[in-house]
Amino acid sequence: MSYLKHYPEIENEIIKCMKCGNCQAVCPLYKETKFEGSVARGKVKLAEAVLKGKLEYTEDLAKIFETCLTCKACSANCPCGVQPDKIVLAARAKLVKERGLPLIKDLIFKGLSKPSLFKTGMAIGSKTQGLFLKPTEKGMSPRYPVSGLQLRRVLPKLADRSFLSTAAEENKVDNPKKKVAFFTGCTTNFLYPQVGEALLKVMQRNNVEVVVPKDQHCCGVPVLLHGDVNTAAQMAKSHVDIFSKLDVDAIITVCGTCGESFSKHYPELLKDDAEYSAKANKLAEKTYDFAQFLVDILPIDRDVLKPVNKTVTYHVPCHIGRGMNAHQQQIELIKSIPGIKYIPLKQPDRCCGGAGSFSLTHYDLSYRVLKHKLADVKSTGADLLITGCGSCRMQLTDGIAQENLSQEVIHTVELLAKAY
Amino acid sequence: MSKQQAIQALEHALGRENVITKHEDLVCYSFDATPDMPNPLPDVVVTPTCTEDVVKVVNIAREYKTPIYPRGSGTNLSGGTIPLHGGIVLSTLKMNKILEVDADNLAAVVQPGVIIQDLNNAVAPHGLIYPPDPGTVATATMGGSVSECSGGLRGLKYGVTKHYVMGLKVVLADGQVARFGGKTVKNVTAYDLVKLFTGAEGTLGIITEITVKLIPAPEARASMLATFDRLEDAGNAIKGIIANKVIPATLEIMDQATIRTVENFAQVGLPTDVRAILLIEVDGIPEVVEKEAEKVVNVVKENNGKIKKAKDDKERESLWAARRAALPALAQLKPTTVLEDATVPRSKITEMLVAIEKIAAKYDLNIGTFGHAGDGNLHPTILTDARDKEEMERVHKAVDEIFKKALELGGTLSGEHGIGMAKSHFLSWELGQSGMDVVRKIKKALDPEGILNPGKMVSN
Ligand SMILES: Cc1cc2nc3c(=O)[nH]c(=O)nc-3n(C[C@H](O)[C@H](O)[C@H](O)COP(=O)(O)OP(=O)(O)OC[C@H]3O[C@@H](n4cnc5c(N)ncnc54)[C@H](O)[C@@H]3O)c2cc1C
Ligand code: SF4
Ligand code: SF4
Repeated sequence: MSYLKHYPEIENEIIKCMKCGNCQAVCPLYKETKFEGSVARGKVKLAEAVLKGKLEYTEDLAKIFETCLTCKACSANCPCGVQPDKIVLAARAKLVKERGLPLIKDLIFKGLSKPSLFKTGMAIGSKTQGLFLKPTEKGMSPRYPVSGLQLRRVLPKLADRSFLSTAAEENKVDNPKKKVAFFTGCTTNFLYPQVGEALLKVMQRNNVEVVVPKDQHCCGVPVLLHGDVNTAAQMAKSHVDIFSKLDVDAIITVCGTCGESFSKHYPELLKDDAEYSAKANKLAEKTYDFAQFLVDILPIDRDVLKPVNKTVTYHVPCHIGRGMNAHQQQIELIKSIPGIKYIPLKQPDRCCGGAGSFSLTHYDLSYRVLKHKLADVKSTGADLLITGCGSCRMQLTDGIAQENLSQEVIHTVELLAKAY
Repeated sequence: MSKQQAIQALEHALGRENVITKHEDLVCYSFDATPDMPNPLPDVVVTPTCTEDVVKVVNIAREYKTPIYPRGSGTNLSGGTIPLHGGIVLSTLKMNKILEVDADNLAAVVQPGVIIQDLNNAVAPHGLIYPPDPGTVATATMGGSVSECSGGLRGLKYGVTKHYVMGLKVVLADGQVARFGGKTVKNVTAYDLVKLFTGAEGTLGIITEITVKLIPAPEARASMLATFDRLEDAGNAIKGIIANKVIPATLEIMDQATIRTVENFAQVGLPTDVRAILLIEVDGIPEVVEKEAEKVVNVVKENNGKIKKAKDDKERESLWAARRAALPALAQLKPTTVLEDATVPRSKITEMLVAIEKIAAKYDLNIGTFGHAGDGNLHPTILTDARDKEEMERVHKAVDEIFKKALELGGTLSGEHGIGMAKSHFLSWELGQSGMDVVRKIKKALDPEGILNPGKMVSN
């Protein structure tokens, strides 16, 4: 059984922890708070207490488990191979089961799980956002304190038309080398459609046929991260249905979290359902970040790339790096473009603090984490800040606006598209 | 007078943001890195930001007769920070300023919550280092490591924490603030009170400022990995290196059980059929390093060992990867890892290793031993599962025997992890009645009411 549905299954992960505290050295939240409950070790101890029946749901307990970026820095540094992010997810799921979701989240997630509703909501949002958000030079700022949104936060403007509503479903090429399905993810679909367009361009120039299934929707991880396992499982099933029907060589993502949803979360969520589990595993095997696909599978012809004369630096999104292990390929792509001067960050894989909705629910703490990244970016003197995830991009763009820095933030695939 | 009143007094004195009382939060301060310990909750955790705050906490603790447990990063391996009788956990983590780097006097002044590695990063631009490097350099605090007198991989040549502590500011159990030592290399004023508080495990006072000695960073180093088919040969090589007047910065040993586990886990290319591996590093002035490395190579060969010298940083890194993987690899094998630090005179290393192998066989336990061979400090690591009551009993018996053997060989209970709760019942084995009396009298004189870290080292 999956640890997400049956909490006792997480015991094997919990007992591996020897409480050495090595995770303190890398946990971005602990570095800010110095509070033992912020870091993996404290959370593992609490998860253990829940397992032993010594602790039950309380709001305070839920708050501690909410205070985690699931950035996996702790897993990567753990001598015992513990994956604390799994334990956090299991605990969140367990607590939601005990107590139910807070009403507002419940409503949002029900919306997310019904693609049509969610899309209508977002479409209406893009038309009405001016009512709540005022345009600033870099994006939108809230006009009124909307639930959990900080007034100074700069949010990207919702795209006038979503990527899925404009992109063609079939993107054929003459002599296709491969055929892939593109899973867009929400940030590309609603906020940064230019990322989807860049992906289509790059694939087309490399003779790769791309299918963009129109009925795809949110990957479900935002819901899973809040412990709503049932909704997440429904969304997983729906995507397994949609993508299993397609006869493609690979599923391509442009966001680490989306990639991981296919490669890790769906198989786990659907583990207990024999039919879906087999299908989910098949999809998992052929899911790649676009950079992995271009570098390892295809591989692309680097000689045809045209120069882009820019100084750039690169932020490794947690779920591209520690999650999908695709950061080397992204960096390779960046470096293979002629004219690019690549200046690495001092700590390229330190979390930016965004972590999806964490930046909304914990703005101040999230911003403190972000500040380290901004200082690092600033010291490179780069013109462009490249990253491989829409959620990081939102966070970084906000920070750059707040600190009056000059960098423009773009996705790795957009940079690559400029070279064609 | 109630706990509630004490907590209110603390909130009033330090501000609410520095007082933690929620049940869930307190659970996070009920343990440290020590396995197989009780996990009682404290009543409150405080996070003072300056010496004056600490004085206030001590005064409130005295008034309400509540114990205080000083805590740095909670990575000690002797149960030193466990709030055994409830009361106040005093976390030093918000006192984390490096107050001064004084390159002229080769000294630095820090608050107790500074992480060891952060101090090293701050002195590196001056071409200096702070040598004590426990496996937890990146997490442990200066206050915690001074209080445990931590060692590390470079103990043989560079000594341990106590050799670098020049001065301390301490809040005493009666709320007074005392200063001992300072930046001078020489200081024989009165008793050596700096040394008394170093390694006191928070039982005599709360350290709020530390002055440490720094040394110039070595210019060059050479790293070597030697393998032996017989434990005796490895032991003789260790003796032989020192007999040849070479004092390596690092002289680490791994036994066969450890080698096999490491290789299985990390595939770093270790030969799994050898009985022992030594990792040797000499450092200093380039010409000297070269000469010393040559001597090491000869000694190893004379003792039937094979040796490989790292050609560059990359090769050095791969040699070290093996040593660094030792604990992680062992720890992954079983849920519970009991890491001991029995220490013997260098000349008895072989005997101790053989004894540990016998003890492992006798109690049918999985014990991997690695450690700082150069200073006789071994880490027999017992791999077990705390949920298995029957096996844990055998573990306890094996630990007893390991300590007995170490003492029999003229060694000590603890080379670097401290006594804390975990080893306090063995203390009289080493100190005898008279020694125990001295320890008790010191404790009684400085903390008559027993409010500082009670239940650790000695109980009043
Ligand atoms: C994986 C691992 C590897 C390790 N490797 C080594 C090693 O190689 N060498 C070694 O020596 N140790 C090692 N240790 C043990 C441990 O890391 C050290 O003892 C470390 O120095 C403890 O620092 P800390 O900040 O965590 O102290 P804590 O655990 O928080 O406290 C240690 C003791 O100091 C007291 N204390 C803390 N701060 C103060 C203060 N300001 N005033 C008075 N008392 C105080 C506490 O009450 C407690 O008794 C290792 C531990 C682990 C888990
Ligand atoms: S999660 Fe890993 S690194 Fe953190 S305390 Fe546990 S074993 Fe150590
Ligand atoms: S996942 Fe990140 S934020 Fe969460 S405990 Fe681990 S290091 Fe800290």
